[in-house]
Amino acid sequence: MHAFDYKSPEVLAEALQQLADSDGSAKPLAGGTDLIDQMRTGRHQPTLVIDIKKVAELNVLECAGDGLHVGAATPCYRICGDDNVQQDYTALADACNIIGGVQIQSRASVGGNLCNSGPAGDSIPAMIALRGICVIAGSAGTREVPVAEFCTGPGQNVLADNELLVEIRFPPRPTASGSHYRRMIPRNEMDIAVVGVGASVTLNEAGTTITDACIGLGAVGPTPLLAARAGECLVGQTVSDATLANAVEAAKEIISPITDMRGTQEYRVHVTGVLVRRVLETAISRATGDPCVVRPGH
Amino acid sequence: MSNKRVVTATINEETAEFLCEPRQTLLEVLRDSLNLTGTKEGCSNGNCGACTVIMNGHAVVSCLVLGVEAEGAEIQTIEGVSCDGSLNEVQSAFLEGAALQCGICTPGFIMQTEALLAEKSNPTEDDIRFYLAGNLCRCTGYDKIVRAVMAAAEQRQVTTG
Repeated sequence: MHAFDYKSPEVLAEALQQLADSDGSAKPLAGGTDLIDQMRTGRHQPTLVIDIKKVAELNVLECAGDGLHVGAATPCYRICGDDNVQQDYTALADACNIIGGVQIQSRASVGGNLCNSGPAGDSIPAMIALRGICVIAGSAGTREVPVAEFCTGPGQNVLADNELLVEIRFPPRPTASGSHYRRMIPRNEMDIAVVGVGASVTLNEAGTTITDACIGLGAVGPTPLLAARAGECLVGQTVSDATLANAVEAAKEIISPITDMRGTQEYRVHVTGVLVRRVLETAISRATGDPCVVRPGH
Repeated sequence: MSNKRVVTATINEETAEFLCEPRQTLLEVLRDSLNLTGTKEGCSNGNCGACTVIMNGHAVVSCLVLGVEAEGAEIQTIEGVSCDGSLNEVQSAFLEGAALQCGICTPGFIMQTEALLAEKSNPTEDDIRFYLAGNLCRCTGYDKIVRAVMAAAEQRQVTTG
């Protein structure tokens, strides 16, 4: 690995100052499960690595009146082990439970997954479905960007050199809502998504009509995608096969998958349809109170 | 650029002080500076789990941890699992169950098993296969490893009552 300097600030302002002073030659380090490997292979060669794990704001994991706050450096094991996340933001727990193996989850963060901006990052479609908002701090102050608009291309995002992702905030969950994330991989564990789908659904009191829905798609375009029309076409509809079929078709319309070693374009389009349906079915069941415990690999 | 710094950590319940550059991984430090060569280097990119150690109570792959991040940490390596010089339940179960052939993945599997049993003393086969998914073995086909973990869990429950 190339030589670099290392700092581990304990205060957000200090981290931001170090980032600003480095003129784009620094990289923030959270769990390091992407960054350390990328430095080893030479893809990134920062002169300074800023370990942001000691900054309190970046390690937050709390559910308050204004929703769920997930610090950008909070590791996956804490997120998927959190009762509030499991109960109300289940799609996020689903994703954090299958990112890498247990050793990776001990370190990897959803903030890092987002900033790595891979089209197949497992947490991103889940965060899109849960309508996550990125809180970004920079020398000029703080701004907010929806998760759905954060990634701009493979490995690229809206962050300027002097900006740091502080947390992802999720709005409070309505009653009778449920969510799910699932991916297709040829193995049981430890693989990169061929297609990943996250969905969140809210039902009316009777549990018969969809009042809100949001769907995120991964690995089927240069960035994770918000399938806006697929979600909108469910609103006001009764839960039925035909309703779900409309969402499946709308989701397929916006994707532009590539053919690579993980699957052909045609296969990914097909799998997107299958997964959108299954993920919606699980999210709907969860919205009716059935926890639908998902055992990875089954 | 040599910007070595002093890092102090607790390794296998003893205070260890070492010099390291920010670019050195914890795996490099353990093997090359501290001579703890029981931790193996496999893929060096976080896929194989051969370099698994327990850091602050959580299993991590030491190839994806910087040595400087170990400042103040509590780390357990394969050298720290035996009991007074004799094999512990997990080590014995791997040996008796022939849960290894070439052995390069074994220290990582044993550390991961230790992390699993600390979390769940009586894991199902499903729990074991999920928890050990980040450890690769190209020799055994995994079945003997899974059976060894089950035997170790059982034995540990007998021992600890």
